[in-house]
Amino acid sequence: MRSVTVVAAAAIVAMLAAIPLFDSPYLTTHFTRILIYMIFAMSLDLLVGYCGLVSLGHAAFFGIAAYTTAVLSAKAGMANILIGLPLSMLAAAIGALIIGLLTLRTAGIYFIMATLAFAQMLHFLVNDSDFFGGSDGILLLTGFRATIGNIVLLDLGNAATRFYIVLVATVATFVGLALVARSPFGRILQGIKSNEQRMRALGYPVARYKLACFVIGGTLAGLAGHLYVTLTSLADPSILDWLHSAQVLMMVIIGGLGTLIGPAVGAFLLIELIDQSAELTEHWKLIVGVVVISVTLFARGGLVGLALALRTRMFGLRASA
Amino acid sequence: MQLSTFLIQLLNSLQYGMLLFLIASGLTLTFGVMGIINLAHGAFFMIGAYLAFQFTRFWGWPLPAAYAGAVLAVVVLGACVERTVLAPLANRDHLDQVLVTYGLILIFDELAVIGWGKDVQPAEIPALLRGSIHLTDMVVYPVYRLVLAGVGLLCAVGLYLVVAKTRLGMIVRAGSFDRSMVRALGIDVAPIFSLVFGLGAALAALAGVLAAPILSVSPGMGDKIIIIAFVVVVIGGIGSIKGAFVGALLVGLFDSFGKILFPTVSSLIIYALMAAVLVWRPRGLFGKTA
Repeated sequence: MRSVTVVAAAAIVAMLAAIPLFDSPYLTTHFTRILIYMIFAMSLDLLVGYCGLVSLGHAAFFGIAAYTTAVLSAKAGMANILIGLPLSMLAAAIGALIIGLLTLRTAGIYFIMATLAFAQMLHFLVNDSDFFGGSDGILLLTGFRATIGNIVLLDLGNAATRFYIVLVATVATFVGLALVARSPFGRILQGIKSNEQRMRALGYPVARYKLACFVIGGTLAGLAGHLYVTLTSLADPSILDWLHSAQVLMMVIIGGLGTLIGPAVGAFLLIELIDQSAELTEHWKLIVGVVVISVTLFARGGLVGLALALRTRMFGLRASA
Repeated sequence: MQLSTFLIQLLNSLQYGMLLFLIASGLTLTFGVMGIINLAHGAFFMIGAYLAFQFTRFWGWPLPAAYAGAVLAVVVLGACVERTVLAPLANRDHLDQVLVTYGLILIFDELAVIGWGKDVQPAEIPALLRGSIHLTDMVVYPVYRLVLAGVGLLCAVGLYLVVAKTRLGMIVRAGSFDRSMVRALGIDVAPIFSLVFGLGAALAALAGVLAAPILSVSPGMGDKIIIIAFVVVVIGGIGSIKGAFVGALLVGLFDSFGKILFPTVSSLIIYALMAAVLVWRPRGLFGKTA
């Protein structure tokens, strides 16, 4: 990574880290939510932007982890995130492994619809079952903590503590995925995206690489799902709805796929766009719809793509190299 | 299961299946001929339902005029959408198509809210078609649902004849097989795109008009049915009218009998069906092979 990028990233993280200092619970919670969606969007970017796997069911893994967290807490009294976090990510990983094995047999639009079908199955599974709280979902009354033995290390009831945990998770996700993208593994994924036939002809076990990519993306979506429940204390069927999957896909596209930083910015922008236009008018969906269509039709490559094009125009071709 | 219950569920399957076919056929044609995934296809269904409701209930139009008016209005709307938003998407990848048409859903749903509010609108069954008939001594079935199944079946037959027997149908079939080859053979595809898209919009609107009294007319009604229509299309194989027909009947059967046999998991049965079909045949029952 070039030093300019590192400095810019460090500056952004430092600015984010200052947010709880304003001592506004609203602002802190608001940005905690944004950070969680940044993780969610980056995890989908690994699938769509790096491997060309357009999934319209990514909310499935977010939801599996969220429900695992909620069930553990509500039925087993498990409020310790040191155990709940790995368990819910493991559940998301297993879910991604099974769904990936079945859906990756298909390609193109069939893959889009197959992933959507599995997410819908989970949606109706929790929606129609008393164990998962039906359409009301599971509302948790106790908060989350990080404890070892009887010692409480961190109390997530505190908005600032929660914010910093989520910030660390977001930075870790970004750095982790950036390293994956630059690794030989990541290069092979990008090769599969640009020409799957050729990668197969070169002797790479394409199916296994795709599955690995799908599971990594699903596991990180699970991280976001777990953190989401620690924030909202609620797991309800709407997080498994296909509109939720479409929303995170929008974040990736608005920001610019295959860039990691783009989808993270996209998550911020889409949440702000929805919140601000909801503030402005009750018919906010009109505004969001027009913006989504305009960005997709006219700003190919998303906002990062737009920024790169602008830089090329201002500084010539050399700068973009 | 008693024989009478079985018969009623069979009729329900047929009626629901035909409703789905009306929507799925347009979806599969749009994809087959134009190569476009149109998530907003459900909006045509919704707008058809709302307009028919508006024309009959508030403007007091006679039934045939209201129905025809609703379908025609949706065709005009569909043509506008096709020319302005969808045509530029023909050569873009599926991802862009999904997002743009998702944006369209947001816009149309919100327009419905602005026009008619968020509440469910009570559309009534036309007076002429109210009531039930005895199919046997034991089995009573609402007339309206029979009519719905009949109209759907009629459309299916008509569509089959157009696709299988006419020159237009030949181009449509060829187009869903290899689009660029059709173009290379000197066929001007742009007007055919518009025609097919208009036809698809008309069928979806007709489905909405007919379904209004038995489903709830509400702003999200298109979002729910479009996903099920997609399940139908994927089961049948994208681009295949025959596949859409078989898929619609299958989904109708699994849904209706699932509600009786497995009430606790009935909603997810059709998705399980789709997953099973895709594991068995990754391109649907009648999809072209890779």
